[in-house]
Amino acid sequence: MHLLNPETSGHRLQSAPLHEASSVPKIFPGSRLPPPSMDHLDELEAQSIYILREAFARLKKLALLWSLGKDSNVMIWLARKAFFGRVPFPALHVDTGKKFPEMYAFRDRFGKEWDLDLKVEPCPPIDAVDPTLPPAARSAARKTEGLKWALNKYGFDGLIAGIRRDEEATRAKERVFSPRGLEGGWDVRDQPPEFWDQFNASVPQGAHLRVHPILHWTEADIWAYTKRENIPIIPLYLSKEGKRYRSLGDADITFPVASTASSIDEILTELDGTKVPERAGRALDHETEDAFERLRVAGYL
Amino acid sequence: MNMILPASVSATPNGTTSMPNGTTRPQVRIVIVGHVDHGKSTLVGRLLHETGSLPEGKLEMLKAVSARRGMPFEWSFLLDALQTERDQGITIDTTQIRFRTRSRDVVLIDAPGHAEFLRNMITGASQADGAVLIIDALEGVRDQTRRHGYLLHLLGIKQVAVVVNKMDRVDFGADRFKEISDEIWAHLIGLGVTPSAIIPISARDGDGVAEHTPRIGWYQGPTVVEALDTLEPARPLEQLALRLPVQAIYKFDDRRIVAGRIESGHLAAGDEIVIMPAGKIAKIKTVESWPVTPLKGSHGAGRSVGITLDRELFIERGDVIAHAGATPRDTRRIRARIFWLHDKPLSKGDQILIRLGTRETRASVVAIEKAVDPGELSNEETKAIARNHVGEIDISLAQPIAADPYQENPRTGRLVIEVNGRIAGGGLVLSVDAGQRAVPIDIVPVESALRPEERSARYHHNGAVIWLTGLPGSGKSTLARALERRLFSRGGSPILLDGDTLRAGLNNDLGFSPQDRSENIRRLAEVATHLARNGHVAIVAAVSPAIADRAAARRIADTMFREVHVAAPAEVCESRDPKGHYAKARSGALPSFTGITNDYQPPTACELRIDTSVRSVADATEEIERMLGETGILFDELVDLAANI
Repeated sequence: MHLLNPETSGHRLQSAPLHEASSVPKIFPGSRLPPPSMDHLDELEAQSIYILREAFARLKKLALLWSLGKDSNVMIWLARKAFFGRVPFPALHVDTGKKFPEMYAFRDRFGKEWDLDLKVEPCPPIDAVDPTLPPAARSAARKTEGLKWALNKYGFDGLIAGIRRDEEATRAKERVFSPRGLEGGWDVRDQPPEFWDQFNASVPQGAHLRVHPILHWTEADIWAYTKRENIPIIPLYLSKEGKRYRSLGDADITFPVASTASSIDEILTELDGTKVPERAGRALDHETEDAFERLRVAGYL
Repeated sequence: MNMILPASVSATPNGTTSMPNGTTRPQVRIVIVGHVDHGKSTLVGRLLHETGSLPEGKLEMLKAVSARRGMPFEWSFLLDALQTERDQGITIDTTQIRFRTRSRDVVLIDAPGHAEFLRNMITGASQADGAVLIIDALEGVRDQTRRHGYLLHLLGIKQVAVVVNKMDRVDFGADRFKEISDEIWAHLIGLGVTPSAIIPISARDGDGVAEHTPRIGWYQGPTVVEALDTLEPARPLEQLALRLPVQAIYKFDDRRIVAGRIESGHLAAGDEIVIMPAGKIAKIKTVESWPVTPLKGSHGAGRSVGITLDRELFIERGDVIAHAGATPRDTRRIRARIFWLHDKPLSKGDQILIRLGTRETRASVVAIEKAVDPGELSNEETKAIARNHVGEIDISLAQPIAADPYQENPRTGRLVIEVNGRIAGGGLVLSVDAGQRAVPIDIVPVESALRPEERSARYHHNGAVIWLTGLPGSGKSTLARALERRLFSRGGSPILLDGDTLRAGLNNDLGFSPQDRSENIRRLAEVATHLARNGHVAIVAAVSPAIADRAAARRIADTMFREVHVAAPAEVCESRDPKGHYAKARSGALPSFTGITNDYQPPTACELRIDTSVRSVADATEEIERMLGETGILFDELVDLAANI
């Protein structure tokens, strides 16, 4: 995927006289600075822990959305690190009832092993959902409704969600602390400024905040960290008969991609070369140009 | 719809982004800024194409979408993923895209150029290590070009490359390029930002992006990709003095863990630390973690850590931990250079909320100077800072905070301003006025020759500050005297500190304004705490009407503080009127007398509340004694002291 030829571009740079008004330093790859004391994963982890602690300090009633997938498992791991072993708020699974059996087995086992305060909330029937949405998006929108029910039931003012900027273009525009309207909606046109790790944590009465502690991670980061920390995963992510799931959603609207990667190392090698988007197997992203954005504006993750 | 690029660009098979020498492959975050329509999104689209970072079929898909909409193909379609953006043709919010150059993993942050979305530009740019400032060769330097340049300076971004885009529109003329490059050079240098390169390009056609083309044969400098390759990731501030802003104190088990992220410097178990702004001293006992704990060795800037201390101190979110001799200033007065994003201009006298590190405090704007629109560079204002303008302000804080000037520490030298629960601006701390509890560098308190255990063995009690608060006439002095007698007769060492007695001497420079009352309480608390540290039970009888003042006293006395609310109905207090104050106040001879102005704020949480209108003095004294026994101040002779050490 590199268009630049290392030899030629290096040669050109070192031999080219610079523009008179510039002072671009010359490049000596890999030898300019002492090695940093933190590697890339350390930095990601420290930032996520900071965000989780800010959320816990500034919001009254938090829950962590546990979708059972690789991202939310990393997130739970990070929360255990942030709070020294035990997650001090509930893990909420908004259950469509259509997940893979492997996912339910995973939930039942690790909900106990990780000592989570697990809350499982059902979703409403499909008839209760906006009929103008395309079929897969409509099915996914059930989850948004289920989330609203859970919010009403428990009165959470903060939901910690494991979305990432690199997953999908609208998610790239998210804030770390993302305010939602009274109906749970996301007003992308009027997002408050957020900088220097100072977060907008004021929640109007009846509304809630989404907190995104792994927004800055990539799919490869998630796998590299999962491997380093030895975090358990659902086996569906690994190749079986030439196929594996890159992303896990409802069983009826999520499809495997062709892959021979049967270990995390092989997944990382595969990701290094692929140009197929992560959510390629998620039908709801591809129905119309804006289906996913419409879902998110309405409060989907 | 799905615009995403390969998510994998930051990884190699061994799990991290390694370079051949085994160190981490640098990831740099670069923001592209500039005036609206000068071609930011086009440059990003072109960069993705030139570095081979586009998903398969994406280019063809976008070309098809453009054709279907009857529009010529635009590189910017790659980024303008949201429906609204496609309709309006402008980037509303920040987008992040990843790709890879020869020696860098690049996270490109595309920030909107439209003035209306400056808050989004700032959100995006604040995450960047370096910036590319883009200028249209035809239009030249515009107001938003200057504004963005100024904001890069305020955001502390030092690495800036300038590209002069749309050179195809000016026939790749070297003269036009020189004209623009001289102007922007002068502007940026004036802000203290030295551009690393100024590059002529055509983002649409590709000249100067990854390749030198004959059309810009007169230009000898780096291409955009080469310039990006020289940008360095911002390094954690390990070389600076330790700053650990406290995020929270956790007591999930028997450990009392102080949690936070090291913003600069290093720490290790055994370090002598100072907790600012209070200036309390302690030692780091352990560095806690999970699943492995405790951690050994030194921990540097960027780490989120948890530490335990060697003593129980009152410490709270917002405090800053530093090493003795290299502490931040404690201050209630800050001068800052800020940018303002709120619709309503910031004016002199405005009440705001300041966030600095993890501390939040109310504040008021004392003065505004040098307010200016950084796009126009003229029309200096001194009354208010309008939206999207910048200025220098003097801020008075409701409570002391720990801060550094930004030249000394960029992390603890910057703040944000909140209005109605929403971030409304931010900026750099230019200077701080050191407060009364100044940095304990030059003062070396002499410690007592006696150990606390020696004193408590003699007195059968530990040191304490018993703080009796309540309306005038509620019975504070009566109770204080009874308690004093009681403790003395059991062999203890009680000392009565009556508010009025101290006003006759130590505090005779103070009146009854809220500031003077606060200072009165502070001095009472300091004296009482000193006595308590030396094993005595200081019994303070003081109206102390303000919750904030009593909280300050508690911070000073810390774990030795016991607050007793001497409560009696106001009518009862007035009918008692032991000092004749109520009568005087009713006659108007005693202004700002707490008893009849209703400004007494009763405690919401205190160790004990006693209603003296229904209790006898003996009864009430006994109850205070019982509380002192239960909370570890009084003990019987038989208690094995060693067990408590």
